[in-house]
Parts: sequence; structure tokens; C-alpha cells
Amino acid sequence: MIAQRPSISLLGTTALIFEAPGEMNLTSQQRIWALAHETQAWPEIREAVPGMNNLMLTFLRPPRGLAALEALEARLRDAWDEAVALPREGRVVELPVVYGGAGGPHMADVVAHTGLSVEQIVELHSAPLYPVYALGSHPGYCYLGGMDARIATPRRKVPVLSIPGGAVSIGGAQTGVSASAGPSGWNTIGSTSMSFFDPALDPPAALQPGDMIRFRVEGIVR
Amino acid sequence: MIEVLSSAALATVQDLGRTGSLRWGVGTSGAMDNLALAAGNLLLGNALDAAAIEVPVFPFKVRFDEDCAFALTGADCAARLDEAPLLPWWVHQARAGQVLTLGLPQGGAQQRGSRAMLCLAGGVDVPEVLGSRSTQLRGAFGGHEGRALRRGDVLRAAGGGAACKTGFGLVPPALALPLQQGGVAAVRVLPAAEYMAFEPASRDAFWAGEWKITSQSDRYGYRLEGEALRPIAPMELRSHGIVPGVIQVPHSGQPIIQMRDAQPSGGYPKFGTVIEADMWRLGQAPIGSRIRFIETTWDEALAALDEVRAWLDKVARMVELHRGAPVSAARQPG
Repeated sequence: MIAQRPSISLLGTTALIFEAPGEMNLTSQQRIWALAHETQAWPEIREAVPGMNNLMLTFLRPPRGLAALEALEARLRDAWDEAVALPREGRVVELPVVYGGAGGPHMADVVAHTGLSVEQIVELHSAPLYPVYALGSHPGYCYLGGMDARIATPRRKVPVLSIPGGAVSIGGAQTGVSASAGPSGWNTIGSTSMSFFDPALDPPAALQPGDMIRFRVEGIVR
Repeated sequence: MIEVLSSAALATVQDLGRTGSLRWGVGTSGAMDNLALAAGNLLLGNALDAAAIEVPVFPFKVRFDEDCAFALTGADCAARLDEAPLLPWWVHQARAGQVLTLGLPQGGAQQRGSRAMLCLAGGVDVPEVLGSRSTQLRGAFGGHEGRALRRGDVLRAAGGGAACKTGFGLVPPALALPLQQGGVAAVRVLPAAEYMAFEPASRDAFWAGEWKITSQSDRYGYRLEGEALRPIAPMELRSHGIVPGVIQVPHSGQPIIQMRDAQPSGGYPKFGTVIEADMWRLGQAPIGSRIRFIETTWDEALAALDEVRAWLDKVARMVELHRGAPVSAARQPG
């Protein structure tokens, strides 16, 4: 179901979520970036955190009373109406990927689900320039847009207890690269080596929304 | 300096949490019982957000290598300094060479906590990373070397060796701010975005039922067991920001409450959010215990935050009286 109007909902007294209407796309995401930029300066907001065509605002001070909360929500809707897509001239980062083999243990599941060959999957996966929509999940992790729908594969029924950092994986219609070892419900089809996060750097994350990733085929292991 | 003598499974250095780095994918971490941490720091005259050691597995043992004042808050763990029993929610003085032992949490089913906070004079002196001293386990930074403590680890108290008023304490918040429903520990919940997308019978069952905190519960999240919550239709959500307290319902229908080490984004349907003012209660709820949920409103949730602040203000005034009084006037534990 695709919403026609934006929706706003609460996460306790800690935050609220603004969800953009319509199909997920880059233009809508660029408006989310503009809205994040604008709301980050509001006095009651601690942090504006873009998601996938949505925005979480955490409160420095939750608005006092329902009327103040409703006023904030109205201000947010107005700001969305006025938000102009903010294209970002991001960097293009090329990541060499070894597809399949020990570093891509779930390639067979993607083959089974899509009916495509390993070569076709690799070709479709490495063709696009993937824009970074947002960061989340774990330090330095990038949510990417633009994966070819033909290689979409449902999340695994039983999550894997730990996949290593650098794992290139597909979850539903999305693809991504884990920035550090941890549990995951996605299908890992390859691996790359890249340091996505260093808390000693400013900013600590290597990639920002608007940057782009290209996966270069380093090899295919069967 | 203190040295960890026990295996210390899952004990971590925590402060009030790392806010402001969510947009880089960094969750907040921080003390599961933020009230115990804040109160312990007040007792010692520390900054409210100084770092302490959160202990979830017992026994836990440390040796003081220098004189150091410390406060024990959170779960009452039958603590001993060498052989002398110690009062919980109290400021004590350790001498160089003394060994502090925390035993199993005690108290009745509804009073027993699950996590002790060991607060040290001046706070645990570890480097601040991205504005916090809390341990970020997934990112392997913050706290002590970005990991849980191990036997042999040595930590420094920023105010170790300094004179500090000791020998007084306070009434724990579990007694001062009790909250139960039908004789069971309760927390207040604000409904979230997908609440109305669940079957009416499931919504009723959520508020009416008791929920068991299963053994698959930790600082990342509490997996609950009760009557399965059924959505009216399956939902696929776009990844979005989440915060500690959010109650997600995966396909199994058994809810998961996100706790302090929760990742900062997710995609499961959100049934509600445990309000920030009650997260400390959840932080102390033992595995295997049962909890209930009370539906609340925005204004009630704000009033609950005010109540927590008022309690901390009261603690601050009480501590001020003790710390201003001459040493001989301070009460000693019996």
C-alpha cells in the first residue's frame, strides 16, 4: 500500500518519525535530506536522522503538552511541502567484490530464488551506481537505493548469527555492505574490504548520504 | 585503580548514552538503569553522566589498588567489602587492597533487580568517544577498549584517592516510584505507528496479558513471550530510525523491546514504545520475570518524566545535606 499523504508517528517521548508519501525514489529521498537539514536547526530537535524515504527526529526537549506537539507536527508538514529536492554531488567509491565462494555463502539461494545464473546475478548487481540514501543499522552501514528488481531475494527465514564486515548482501529489494561483523537476515553473495567507520575521524563514517557506490567485479568463485 | 578479579561476563562501562551519532549508524548504548547510574553519581558528587560499571552477571569481584569512594546502586547484590556486608544504594569507602564482591541479586520477586551499578568517585576514567564513555559493542569502541570487561582488566577512577563523603545512602526508586498492574511489574507504553494495523483482539491481549522476559534477552533487546500479536495484513516497512523502548513485532507475533544497545534503525512493525521515564524499570526486570503494559498518553508520559526528574532533584538535595555536614554527623551503615 502506497500512502498518498505524509504520516507522522511517535516513538515514545524520545522521537517522532516522518514518512514521505508515494513510491520510494531518489527525488523523494533528496527532499528528506533537505528536511533533515532544515529540522536539525530547530531548537527542540536533538538529531534529524534520515531513513529510507523517512526521517526520525529525536527530541532535545519533548514538546510540552499535546498542543505543542501538534504545532511541531504542523510545522514539519509545512517544511515538507516547501522542501526542494537537494541533489548532492557525492563521491563515487568503487568497491572490488569477490562474488560467491566462501565470501558469498548465499549465492546459491539467490540463484534458486531468481532463476538466474551466477554470471547474470553478478552482472546485474555490479551494473548500477548505487546512491547512499541513509546510514543506519550499525556504525558506518549504508542503505543503498537502485538495485535491479530482478535480483531481489527475500530476507532469510532464520537470520545468520554473524556475517563478517565487508559482506555484500541482498535483503528483499535492497543491497548493502556490512561495516562490521554482526547478525544479519540478508543473503550474502560476495565480499569486499573497505573501512566504513573510524570513530577517531570527523566525520567517523566514510560515506555520507548522496555518495555513490560502484561494485567492481574482482572475481567470481564457484 | 581497580582490577577485575572475576570472569566479569558481560559487565560493561556505561554512562547515560551516546546521543547525536545516530545518523552515522551509531546506537546510543548507555546504562540499562539510567536512574541507578544518575543516583550513584549524585551520591558521589560526580557529574550526572559520569561512567560506571554495569554488572549483569554474578558473582562479580574487583580489588581496589588505592583508596577510593564508591556507590552501589541498581540491584541489591548482597555486596561485601572483604568480609563486611555493605548496604545497597549507599556510598562506601574502600581502602587500598580491599576486595569488593557482588553476589546474586536478592529480594522478593517484585523487588529483585537484575543489574548492579558500581559507581566510582569521579567516574570510570575511559576516553570519551563521539561524546560518550559508553561501550559500543557492535562498533567495538567506547567504554573499556570497546568490549565487555574481562578478568585482569584495570580501570582508573577519575577521583580515586581523593577525599569523598561516604556513609550515607537513599531509598531506591523501585520503592520510591513503584509501578505495578495486577501485582506484576509494569511499564507505560505509547502506541506507535502500526498499532492500529493489528487485530483488535491482539491489541486487547497486549494490555491485558502478562509478558514473560525470555532467556533470549540482553542489552540489545528483550524477546517476550505471550499471546502472539497478529497484524490485520502482513506489513513490509521501509527501514527507519528506532530508539530504545520501541516494541517491534516480527512475523512470529512475539514482541521484542529494543533496549539500550539497540541498532538505530529497523523495519519490523512497531506496536508501541515503552516511555523513556520507565526504561530503568525494564532495565532491572530479570530474565524469566513477567511484566505488564499500561497504555499511556503524551501528557502522562511527560508527567512521568517530570516525576523522575523530581526524584533526582530530591536525591540531589539530600546528598547536598550529607556532603555539607561534618564527617562525624554522617550516618554509618550498621
